[in-house]
Amino acid sequence: MEALNFSLLTSILTITLRAGTSLLYATIGEIYAERSGILNLGVEGMMMVGAVAAFAVGYHTGSLVLALITALIAGALMASIHAFLSISLRANQVVSGLTLTLFGTGLASFLGQRLGPGGSRLVGLVGPSLERLPVPVLSQLPIVGSSFFNQDVLTYGLYALVPLAWWYLYRTRPGLYMRSVGENPQTSDAMGIRVGANRYFYTVVGGALAGLGGAHLSLAYTKGWTENITGGRGWIAVALVIFAMWDPLRAVIGAALFGGINAVQFRMQAAGTTIPAALLNMLPYIATIVVLVIITWWETLRKRIGAPAALGVPYAREEKG
Amino acid sequence: MRIVFEKRQNVSRIIRVLVPALSLIFALIFGAILLLLSGVDPFTAYAAMFKGAFGDSHAVAETLVKAIPLMLTGLGVAIAFRMLFWNIGAEGQLAMGGLAATGVALYASDLLPGWSIVPAAVLLGMLAGALWAAIPALLRAYLQVNETITTLMMNYIAILLVSHMYHGPWRDPEGYGFPGTARFPEVAWLPRLYDRAHAGLFFALIAAGVLWFVLQRTKWGFELRITGENPKAARYIGINIPKQILTAMLLSGALCGLAGVCEVTGVMRRLQQGLTVGYGYTAIIVAWMSQLNPWGVLLVAFLLAGLLVGGDQIQMAMGLPAAMGLVLQGALLFPMLGGSLFAEYRLRVVRAETQEAILPQQSLAKESE
Repeated sequence: MEALNFSLLTSILTITLRAGTSLLYATIGEIYAERSGILNLGVEGMMMVGAVAAFAVGYHTGSLVLALITALIAGALMASIHAFLSISLRANQVVSGLTLTLFGTGLASFLGQRLGPGGSRLVGLVGPSLERLPVPVLSQLPIVGSSFFNQDVLTYGLYALVPLAWWYLYRTRPGLYMRSVGENPQTSDAMGIRVGANRYFYTVVGGALAGLGGAHLSLAYTKGWTENITGGRGWIAVALVIFAMWDPLRAVIGAALFGGINAVQFRMQAAGTTIPAALLNMLPYIATIVVLVIITWWETLRKRIGAPAALGVPYAREEKG
Repeated sequence: MRIVFEKRQNVSRIIRVLVPALSLIFALIFGAILLLLSGVDPFTAYAAMFKGAFGDSHAVAETLVKAIPLMLTGLGVAIAFRMLFWNIGAEGQLAMGGLAATGVALYASDLLPGWSIVPAAVLLGMLAGALWAAIPALLRAYLQVNETITTLMMNYIAILLVSHMYHGPWRDPEGYGFPGTARFPEVAWLPRLYDRAHAGLFFALIAAGVLWFVLQRTKWGFELRITGENPKAARYIGINIPKQILTAMLLSGALCGLAGVCEVTGVMRRLQQGLTVGYGYTAIIVAWMSQLNPWGVLLVAFLLAGLLVGGDQIQMAMGLPAAMGLVLQGALLFPMLGGSLFAEYRLRVVRAETQEAILPQQSLAKESE
């Protein structure tokens, strides 16, 4: 009995990590963009394009390294559209981000139907995928061994990215600049910090990370390209940013929670539960709303709003804030 | 030399027309590049798209079929956007409207007199859409919960719920296992004008007229605009903002719900896959391109519907992905968004040495390449 519980726990932990990986990349990326003051609602679209680009390149070249690099570039290019519109042209960030999602979804679907061999579809093709690489010794540990130390490269990458992202944000000078242009662009500008350049940089970095999150979906999680592969994960990432109160470490808790819901739902379906699949599939979305309500309510109670003060506000030097 | 943005004193009418026109040209060029890369002659493809969307009365009917839900959801979204409430939940509100109308058509057709079925479906569908919109509205109005996320999550929940209903409890017992409800009885059909174009068009026209009047000529419309444009001022003059959010969103959700009613009773005449095909998201583009003007919504919805129908046509005729229509929509909105800057600002090239002296404060200076 004990052994059975261990294996159940291990499997839930494993699925949690696998399902949470793409979310966490996208969330950390969006935290950086939002910290610099740019709200990018295009995460879903950037992930989608990252996913299709990574799979197509992986399929044709057979190189996973090239696939991951392409995903980074694809996400960054998508984000640079939003950056150009919202920073240089001061367009409405909500609408621009939404358009990026619509555009990215359409573009990914278009490419997915053209990038197969000889201009055919990518759906159903099998390409190289990110396999699990057990870490010697550590993967032999009970429970944590086979869940934490028997994952793919991108999940391992998070073990380094998360602390690094936190350290960069809170303990380095560029991180301080990032936060200051998001909180008070006027003062930052007066101090000689380049508001526009900073915002451009972190928006594009955010897009690159979202693209990488998408790559995890098509290269490791579903191992292939399917229409609507992200299934709203980009939007959950946007919600997780608020959940995490713009802090990369807290984002881990959020991603784990949502990955965990996926895992539990997966286990329940595997166990042949009588609850209709549709209702189980609703869980992550309902949980997002519930969590968002609790967080917002708690934040208002504490009278401490964690959002960067200038989030979503275009900065124009000649206009008083 | 530097390029300087200067705020315009008044927005010229020419710019207002020029920006959408140039955006359209940009989108067509971008689409042409994609078509060329796919090995298709863009002129042939565009001609086929245009002919497929507006070529004859059958084509126009199909364009209207897609335009009607875009008009209704576009109007709904425009109301919410007026007060900067980012309702991106039109898709879910549409789904709930369709679900409620299906319930009426399937279960009330034998109980109520025949003439009352369509009105009952319309009313209940609007109510369902409004209630679905009320949840994020209440959360935003009283708890300040970010509505972008909640409205979107509600979409996924609604779509899953609808799919559950026609896969499970409401599935046609004589449908040979095909997921979908039974065909509605004839009393529950929304009348058609010709071909598949249906009476939903009148709903859209009436809704646009009423909205235009309400926004331009009534106190409520004025308050709505003030709340959106300047919430601080709105609070000072005693506008109850939570109440404004709630009423605007109920109205917005009701219109989106109506779109769903028209889809199931006017087009599909049963509930099956294909109710939620993204009208609610395209509605955002419709609302924004029309600058939230109700009559503009009707026009833009018709044109974008043409783009969608044309996209379907080239898919069938040339084997091109229908996603082309979606890509063109995105390519159309990006330059529109960017172009709005040029409606508000004027570009001027200034010499470096005089620039600081003349415009020390009111210039946003950028290094020119």
